[in-house]
Amino acid sequence: MKPVAFDYERPRTIGEAVRLLSESPDAKIISGGQTLGPMLNLRLVQPALLVDITRIPELTRIEETDDAVILGACVTHAAIEDKRIADPSHGFLAEVARGIAYRAVRTRGTVGGSLAHADPAADWLSCLIALGAEVLLTGLSGQRRLTLTEFVRGALDTQLEPDEILDGIHIPKLSKRARAGFAKICRKSGEFADAIGVVVHDADRRALHLVAGAVQGQPIVIAAGNERTPGASWPPPLESLREKLEQAGLGGDAYELNIHMAALERAIRNAQAS
Amino acid sequence: MTGQGIGASLIRKEDERFMRGRGGFVGDIRPAGMLEVAFLRSSFAHARLKRVAIPHSLRSRVFVAEDLAGVAPIRADTALAGFKSSVQPILATGKVRHVGELVAMCIAPSRAEAEDLVAEIEVEYEELPAVHDMLAGREAGAPLVHEHWSDNLYLTTEIDANFDAAKSKAKVSVTRELRTARQVMSPIEGRGVIAEWNSRLGQLIVTSSTQQSHIVRTGIAECLGIDEGQVRVIAPDVGGGFGYKGILLPEEVALAFATRRVGRPLRWLEDRRENLTAGADCREHHYALTAYADDEGRLLALDCVATVDAGAYSAYPFSACLEAGQIGSILPGLYDFSHYRCRTYSVATNKPPILPYRGVARTGVCFALEVTLDALARELRDEASALRFKSLVRPEQMPFDNVAKRHFDSGDYPEALRRCLDAVDLKAIRERQRRGEPDGRLVGLGVAMYSEQAGHGTSVYAGWGIPFVPGYEQCHARFTPDGGLELRVGSHSHGQGHETTLSQVAHEILGVPHELIRLVHGDTAETPYSTGTWGSRCMIVAGGAVASACDQLAIRLKRIGASLLQAKPEDVRLEAGDVVANSGRISVAEIARTWYRRPQELPSDVDPSGLEVTAGYKAKRDTGTFSYASHAAVVAVDPRTGEVEIIDYVIVEDGGVLVNPMIVDGQIFGGAAQGIGTALYEEMPFDGRGQPLGSTLADYLLPGPTEVPEIRVFHMETPSPYTRFGQKGIGEGGAIAPPAAITNAVNDALKDLGAELLDLPLTPRRIVEAILRARPAQSGR
Ligand SMILES: Cc1cc2nc3c(=O)[nH]c(=O)nc-3n(C[C@H](O)[C@H](O)[C@H](O)COP(=O)(O)OP(=O)(O)OC[C@H]3O[C@@H](n4cnc5c(N)ncnc54)[C@H](O)[C@@H]3O)c2cc1C
Repeated sequence: MKPVAFDYERPRTIGEAVRLLSESPDAKIISGGQTLGPMLNLRLVQPALLVDITRIPELTRIEETDDAVILGACVTHAAIEDKRIADPSHGFLAEVARGIAYRAVRTRGTVGGSLAHADPAADWLSCLIALGAEVLLTGLSGQRRLTLTEFVRGALDTQLEPDEILDGIHIPKLSKRARAGFAKICRKSGEFADAIGVVVHDADRRALHLVAGAVQGQPIVIAAGNERTPGASWPPPLESLREKLEQAGLGGDAYELNIHMAALERAIRNAQAS
Repeated sequence: MTGQGIGASLIRKEDERFMRGRGGFVGDIRPAGMLEVAFLRSSFAHARLKRVAIPHSLRSRVFVAEDLAGVAPIRADTALAGFKSSVQPILATGKVRHVGELVAMCIAPSRAEAEDLVAEIEVEYEELPAVHDMLAGREAGAPLVHEHWSDNLYLTTEIDANFDAAKSKAKVSVTRELRTARQVMSPIEGRGVIAEWNSRLGQLIVTSSTQQSHIVRTGIAECLGIDEGQVRVIAPDVGGGFGYKGILLPEEVALAFATRRVGRPLRWLEDRRENLTAGADCREHHYALTAYADDEGRLLALDCVATVDAGAYSAYPFSACLEAGQIGSILPGLYDFSHYRCRTYSVATNKPPILPYRGVARTGVCFALEVTLDALARELRDEASALRFKSLVRPEQMPFDNVAKRHFDSGDYPEALRRCLDAVDLKAIRERQRRGEPDGRLVGLGVAMYSEQAGHGTSVYAGWGIPFVPGYEQCHARFTPDGGLELRVGSHSHGQGHETTLSQVAHEILGVPHELIRLVHGDTAETPYSTGTWGSRCMIVAGGAVASACDQLAIRLKRIGASLLQAKPEDVRLEAGDVVANSGRISVAEIARTWYRRPQELPSDVDPSGLEVTAGYKAKRDTGTFSYASHAAVVAVDPRTGEVEIIDYVIVEDGGVLVNPMIVDGQIFGGAAQGIGTALYEEMPFDGRGQPLGSTLADYLLPGPTEVPEIRVFHMETPSPYTRFGQKGIGEGGAIAPPAAITNAVNDALKDLGAELLDLPLTPRRIVEAILRARPAQSGR
């Protein structure tokens, strides 16, 4: 379990990183290394070049505007857990961060790395979809901005081009009265989820987002947007949630359906209690 | 006396280095000029090896079977009638029989480069149907793991103790089919081996993370066909063993052979993937068990067919039949009944050899028996503990010979159960169950009891005829001129704290301060022969040997001391490290100085053997001590998600006289954590082609600190009549009962739903599906 030999570069700017990626077809970005490290050791990936982006100052930026917070891709789970960032979510992101793996992993693992890897069971993916976050991608041809549902095509599959870096995450601020709840069902603490439920209810904007994560492919978006859409009232009727999950393909497996329903219900309870 | 001998909760001497990360493990050792080894391992469970193609330029850095001319395969035969012998080649020859079997050894300056070499080799396999399930493998017509056998059975055993007579008396019976998962032993340190040839000594020096350096030495000498004197095996610090390091490894033999050819020291460090997929398998049993009771609910008889998935080869030295042999003899548990039948099958499959893991077969046996007893109690509408009280061997029956001819040395089994029920508060739990939980979870209580035979020796193992039958255990003890005491034993510590506990034994007898006592162990060149550390034996046999050696030293010290004090030897005593007479006292250190440096002052009739002895020990009766315990688990189960929370866990255990109660508690906690792993988490599934489905610790779940509750341990101390201080072996017990206790607790929680769990581990999915099966009409609610 040792990686193949590879070259290593640690650029100081996004531009330089993009250039390295575009010049070397077998290059791979490394940020926290908490996913890539094991993959390298298991020789599941055998890159010729690793481009370490953690020393690019822009990628640890934290920008705040009136209605959003933009996190650089290399902000770590631990920084979010410790509330060292401007928080768009009334503490919700910190709570989610606390449940990811264990502290050593959180100290290195980055939010950008997690989204770029697009593991369906990852915590950020489901939560940030529910928060309506967008990702900023920078490549040779400039920057583009995609919603997370556009960005993630499926399990471990994103819109990232080989020369592109996910450089930041744009997270809209919740309004004052908004509530968010998260629940993760997993075999032991800090383990990847078997089921994730996320709910964000923003009464001021009359918006409700409900996401069921840790499913086969992309997280299932059960409700997104306006409360007036049928079945999107607050608190949402459980029977309709069950139907949505069944429609999304969870019906065939009673256990899966059970735990995803439980995760959603717990998330709703957590939101109500928040 | 000093309060630091037997019974003292002394802080562990070895923790000074372990807790500061200053231990010395195989991975810390790097002889000059060393090369690293990576193995090419079979990717198929069962296949003919058609061709191993090695690029010409790399040929000298790769060893395959044909390069090992003259090296004998590993054979661990038993003398039991009908046993079929397996031949485990060091590197695969002709065929591969499990995923992970060694095919080629690749040597390079670093492990990464050695793995690059592995990737350059092309192997052509012709896949054969794999025996991936022991029950299917038992049947006629199954593919053969060893083609010259007539079936896949290493051994079938049959015990019948007047079974048929029970049937007419039986009022009720329950039958259950139960399964324990294939597990993987997970010490923090994996295996590791360094082999080097020392031309000055004319010796092969093998440094290995092993529990039994002397057995490995013999095994390597046998396989290589050289004298044992030409082999020295050193076990440095060993980071956990649990049985995983209690066997001879093909890797040890391969490196030992190749180091002379290559002319450089070679090292192999097992990585976690090798550990998970290729090496450390254990535990997989299947039981069909019927328990019979009379009209008062007393246990009358057990009837069992037990099957062990023993894997592809018989592991050296304990063989492929240790588990099944134990099942037959320990299934009757702590109960007094007189009709018994048990058939066991040890089945060869295309999986890695099954190895003895902490508790060996006891964990499976306790699970099968105690879960079936709870089913019997439910059938009789009796409290599960009440049913046990009716049949437990009573203290006045001790020592007791049970239906399987086990000789229980001492104890009060019903009292252990009583104390356990008091501690969990049975009545309060039953009341809580009646009230129900506000969150809809279901609470359940389960108990389980077991005994742990330990330190058993010749009389038990002789009948087996395995490569090593344990006999007498020796200790070499000697004083240094400054009064320090060195104890040399052939067993080894892989975390148990022998440096402390054996020091306590010596201190008890000689009163030498602990800082002056050193334990030397792990190195065949420096220690007496021993079959090593296994079977919870060391505190009994190594402790006994240390005591015997110290007794003899005490006599010699008193003789010299008396002379120096001008007293008669019979008038002096040893007290707190001094020889004391009415005329005064003299320290042991002063006596040592006199012996070594001022012999002119010695009495003329002094024992010329001096302050150095080798003494041997065997328990008065070597059928073993039987420590025992009652475990109780209280769980809350979420019937929708199958999540289990252990809300209380109590252990009442009787380990006889405890040499160091703190260390005993540590052993119990660690064992119980592993038992919780067996109960709820650990499982290495295989697919239909014999592929292991977990290869990292993300797939193979181990309990972590947050999964192990605060365990409450209470002790009883009934001395064993057969050992030096009344001590009993306690090293394995913690790992034996948790799967049974937790399963009983979960089944208790689910009893009103009509659901019952009989397969380990109790995963959330298994729990939910059992509930759904019990109520087929309803959907997921
Ligand atoms: C033991 C353990 C437990 C874990 N448990 C959880 C858990 O419970 N929940 C959870 O959500 N996660 C969990 N993780 C994953 C963890 O959160 C990782 O940190 C995360 O998935 C990847 O982030 P990273 O910064 O380490 O990325 P890396 O490992 O460095 O990279 C991951 C992938 O993304 C690419 N990449 C990284 N950064 C960028 C970027 N900015 N732009 C484009 N591509 C990029 C890399 O090339 C690579 O392919 C766990 C990890 C471990 C080791």
